Amino acid sequence: MSGAAELAGLLGLAYWAETSIKLGVALIVIPTAALLLGYLFLLKMMAFMQSRLGPQDVGPYGTLQLIADAVKFLQKEDIHPATADRRVFRAAPVVVLASSFLLFVVLPTGPDAVVENLDTGIFYAMAVSSLSVLGVLMAGWASANKYALLGGLRAAGQLIAYELPLILAVMGVVIQADSLNLQEIVRAQAEGEIFGFGLIGNPFILTQFIGFLIFMISAQAELTQTPFDMPVAETELVGGFHVEYTGFRFLLFFMAEVATAFAFSALATVMFLGGWWIPGFDFDAPALNVLGPVVMLIKILVVAFIIFWIRFTYPRLREDQLQKFAWKVLIPLSLANIVVTGIFKVVV
Amino acid sequence: MTAATDLRSQQAYVAAQAADARVNVELDTGDMTLNIGPQHPATHGTLRIACQLDGEQVISAEPLMGYMHRGYEKLCEVRTFPQCTTLINRIDWLGSFANEVPFILAAEQLMGIEAPPRAQWIRTILFELSRIANVSLFLGDMGVQVGALTPVFFAFRDRERVLNQIEAVTGGRFHPNFDRIGGLKDDLPRGWIDETHAVMAKMRGFCDEMEDLLMGNEIFQTRCRSVGVIPGEVALDFGLSGANLRASGVDWDLRRDANPGLAWDEVDWRVWTHPDGDSFARYWVRLQETREATKIVDQLLDSIPAGPIMAKVPRIIKVPAGEAYVSTENPLGEMGYYVVSKGGLEPFRVKIRTPSFSNISVVPWVMRGTYVPDIITILGSLYFILGDIDR
Repeated sequence: MSGAAELAGLLGLAYWAETSIKLGVALIVIPTAALLLGYLFLLKMMAFMQSRLGPQDVGPYGTLQLIADAVKFLQKEDIHPATADRRVFRAAPVVVLASSFLLFVVLPTGPDAVVENLDTGIFYAMAVSSLSVLGVLMAGWASANKYALLGGLRAAGQLIAYELPLILAVMGVVIQADSLNLQEIVRAQAEGEIFGFGLIGNPFILTQFIGFLIFMISAQAELTQTPFDMPVAETELVGGFHVEYTGFRFLLFFMAEVATAFAFSALATVMFLGGWWIPGFDFDAPALNVLGPVVMLIKILVVAFIIFWIRFTYPRLREDQLQKFAWKVLIPLSLANIVVTGIFKVVV
Repeated sequence: MTAATDLRSQQAYVAAQAADARVNVELDTGDMTLNIGPQHPATHGTLRIACQLDGEQVISAEPLMGYMHRGYEKLCEVRTFPQCTTLINRIDWLGSFANEVPFILAAEQLMGIEAPPRAQWIRTILFELSRIANVSLFLGDMGVQVGALTPVFFAFRDRERVLNQIEAVTGGRFHPNFDRIGGLKDDLPRGWIDETHAVMAKMRGFCDEMEDLLMGNEIFQTRCRSVGVIPGEVALDFGLSGANLRASGVDWDLRRDANPGLAWDEVDWRVWTHPDGDSFARYWVRLQETREATKIVDQLLDSIPAGPIMAKVPRIIKVPAGEAYVSTENPLGEMGYYVVSKGGLEPFRVKIRTPSFSNISVVPWVMRGTYVPDIITILGSLYFILGDIDR
């Protein structure tokens, strides 16, 4: 029984009213999150790292740049390649964006502040996040462009190589928390102890450090950020799967990219950094419904910073090198991590 | 085992083989033609590479050039000798001053005059500055080719310092048009020597930065090492020159071997070579050469002789009949001008030997069997300027 449903029951809301509130929140939160990350990291931090100034003209310190960009994209002509498979071509960006929207459904930001507290939350998150590759593949195929096709196929290859270590890295957390439910994972961290010292709980980054590393590396590949951005590869494939997209369809891809980065940072926060819980509070304290999202946001920004930092620093691997790395290093390492976690779980 | 089961297993085997064969026929993948360019970010201009791909593997790659042909050899024939430098500046547009020098030297050779020592010194300094400006951009751009966006911004930032120094002397950032038959247009401005010393120190810092940020990076090394290996003999066969040749282990540098009278003999420097011949070696050699160039400039700045910057030249330059070929070690490799004069105001014929044209000719040989991302790495590491291919 989810906390949110109880809350809704308390307020006497009908199912449709509750659902539309949740939908409204999701519709506001996701573009805001995408804009926040896009502005803060993609534009400003990247500019400072590259000794540039970044956007400054639109709004104070250029904060409204992304809105200006969105308006610009909306004005652009919506071009379909003549030989494109029109229906698939149109559906692809929606599929990609839908997968990142669906991720936000299970993310807990407070004891009751969660859209849907699924018992199989992490399983669901992993499942819907891999949907985006379907959209990428659709885009690559339907564009009727060789560069796009190569990009789409690379994305598919990457999915097989990286979904596996991603899920295996999560397994360690699941074993330790005894649950697939994201709220329960937060609770396990909040109520855990480090050698009898329980003040800050037990963020799983301490015990699952290898899992955290593998998760972050795989997430980087899942998000097609730089060491693993072969499906996009601006200098080779000129943008890969979205090379033929213009206007708002391109905007959808862009939003999905940044929103998924936000969602994955949130997942890492929930699973490894203690989620929304603040040391010193009861797990169910109502105040956490307000403070939780703030704490969550700070942690998400830290994780996203790492993701984008790596993106702006490293060159890109080649597809075969990536496969080698995934199959020879990450998967054995994550399997070993599961075995060790399992042994500790049974023994300790 | 009875004969019947034997037969049945044999039939099953045959059927399985047939099914396999059918599947293989259906899955037979044809080769894909991928045109990289003329509009493609990795060709920095309008080079086109027609590739036959099997999946991501390259079966054949052929560079097709000429999209930016401007007919400079012909245009030179309708211009007077001093006017030609305006065009010549625009061949390798990143190292413009270095383009002017061999042409002017060829003209001087035909006229039998020699620029005074101070002019030769300043020519050499500007030559090396344009080398630094040119190659430092490569050092950052190679990062973009393999996917790292940040280094190129550092390269643009630091190259600007060098361009400022060139601009301070010549008045032009990109196209100085400063070299004259018999000397130079102007002397150095006041305070320029100290500023240039400071800039050279900064550029050495930039080289260290690139070494830390890019060359030492494991991913960069996996992407570049043993990718696009060109052995020394092959490099010589294809007429490669410059850093591409030196990265294949051939100790060859026109500055040392065939100095046409500039001041390189007067300073202490060395030629760097690398035995590997791969993309990484080409990057490494260029990085070392940029460092070496800053040292050459530093030494030359301290030893500029006093004196005039212009020899005695007639007001209207008529080049006596004859022919001359002068080539120098330009940022991209050997650049030579074969100048034929019939005694008039204009050259009768100018044949321009540009390094990029020859360097790019190795592409079909080196790209067979590589992968699509390697095409970009190899193209990036061969380092061509489009204007230098199609002049």
